[in-house]
Amino acid sequence: MAARGRIRVAAAQGFWGDWLEAPLRQVTGGPIDYLMMDYLAEVTMSILQKQKSRDPTLGYATDFIPAMERILPLLAERGIKVTANAGGVNPRGCAQALAEATRKLGLGKKLRFGVVTGDDLLDRLDDLLGAGHALRNLDTGRPLSDVRDRVLAANAYLGAAPVVEALRRGADTVITGRVTDTALTLAPMIHAFNWSPEAWNLLAAGTVAGHTIECGAQCSGGNCLVDWRGIPDLANVGYPIAEASPDGTFEIIKHPGTGGRITVAGVTEQLVYEMGDPTQYITPDCIADFTTIRLRQVGKDRVGFSGVAGRPATDKLKVSIAYFYGFKAVGTLVYAWPEAYEKARAADRVLRERLRQLGLQFDAIHTEFLGVDATHGPLTRDAAHVPDIAEVQLRVGVRAPDRAPVERFTREIAPLILNGPPSVTGFAGGRPKPEEIVAYWPALIDARVVQPRVDLVEA
Amino acid sequence: MKKAKKANKKRVRLLDLAHARSGDKGDTANVGLIALKPEYYPLLVKHVTAARVGRHFKGIVRGPVERYELPNLSALNFLLHGALDGGGTMSLNTDAQGKVFSTALLRMEIEVSR
Repeated sequence: MAARGRIRVAAAQGFWGDWLEAPLRQVTGGPIDYLMMDYLAEVTMSILQKQKSRDPTLGYATDFIPAMERILPLLAERGIKVTANAGGVNPRGCAQALAEATRKLGLGKKLRFGVVTGDDLLDRLDDLLGAGHALRNLDTGRPLSDVRDRVLAANAYLGAAPVVEALRRGADTVITGRVTDTALTLAPMIHAFNWSPEAWNLLAAGTVAGHTIECGAQCSGGNCLVDWRGIPDLANVGYPIAEASPDGTFEIIKHPGTGGRITVAGVTEQLVYEMGDPTQYITPDCIADFTTIRLRQVGKDRVGFSGVAGRPATDKLKVSIAYFYGFKAVGTLVYAWPEAYEKARAADRVLRERLRQLGLQFDAIHTEFLGVDATHGPLTRDAAHVPDIAEVQLRVGVRAPDRAPVERFTREIAPLILNGPPSVTGFAGGRPKPEEIVAYWPALIDARVVQPRVDLVEA
Repeated sequence: MKKAKKANKKRVRLLDLAHARSGDKGDTANVGLIALKPEYYPLLVKHVTAARVGRHFKGIVRGPVERYELPNLSALNFLLHGALDGGGTMSLNTDAQGKVFSTALLRMEIEVSR
């Protein structure tokens, strides 16, 4: 346990694909009370929905199971609880897989899992639309009926409440579907400190803590720009831990002896990450005001948070909808010195002329020259200032509603090796593959039509 | 005339005044710009306006630019709408999620008094 009255919530995954070593290191590196694992990004739900349609036992973040297998005995021994949105579009399937792993480890009698569902609106969409919920796109204002027949996934963002309920009912690990990233950190605090559902400042503080650690090491030295050279031992970077007090203050720390760094400047980089209006960080639990946060370096690798103010939650929930849009493909070739950039540009002109002659219809053809303009575009593209660099990668992408023109495009890259400008290489990866585009449709829905459900499963 | 006026001014790159992190929400990129020292924050507030950022990202950002102030963190938050070729999965860009719009903003130069 942490210092008296406090709890430690440790972040161990910032997205599906994050460092496989992090969960074990968070459990073994020092005392923690809760392990928080965030697996879901906007795009992830549609990928999972696709996997589930091919195999009904899938649809969850499969990395979660082997990660848990490594730490389950320690979790049971130390009474560490887990909150994870690894359930994706199949939280029950995820819980079953975890229960099986738990039994194999001989821990079947010792652990109980909470399963949070109710976020998945896919099967309810027609009823909801019929009842007058237009699910208008937050960015474009268009009603969902525009793309209804192409919808692949639709999930409401649930808040902390059902996770808290699962913890109260004795769950050792809570597996959820689309629960907000911040709720996975806030819920343990509400549970441990018995915060009232209308204690807006406290809920906002827990939400800020959640935002700070939800991207894992991105607040403890990873992807940190300020003094990046001086950040020690990123090979052994310590993932962040929120050490929270009942009064809503908390400190962001990491285990002793780990790499990385926790400073006011580094933590601030994470606070502004993916931020909208900072006075209105809206979650199902509250509205947090990021302009009220007070930060203080209270020790080495220890940043204190105080002053966080919050306001009542809205009566809406955000809905993340994914729909099939079309196809895209990206082809690359590498051109070598001398005049690498000019050769790559000449190749792009040849390619575009051939695509034009073929009469292929695309929504977009996009060319980048890696080494010149791929990341900062027109800010660095000015040819007069491009030095004669060692090599340039030509990268051309196309997008279309139909597969055929995209497929044809993929066959126009390789020929350039023999019939285009010289000094070209780097086609070892083979012909690019057309990729399905799943587009994102953000919407709002009345919170009262979404009923979270909590089930407890014995391993 | 212009030269004389400029004599008591100097051009400073934001890289020397601030650090930054950027991310995405749909087709909108956000760039959080953080003063390296609290005393630099008023300079950022004065010179790095939404309009100025919009001009800096000309040819990249198709929609409006919004700015929010976070004096408690010595930070500004910019929302660059229509910046990501339709957003994460639609985009054909290498930087489909606007991850390095952060350092693109730090290329900006502002004129400050000597």
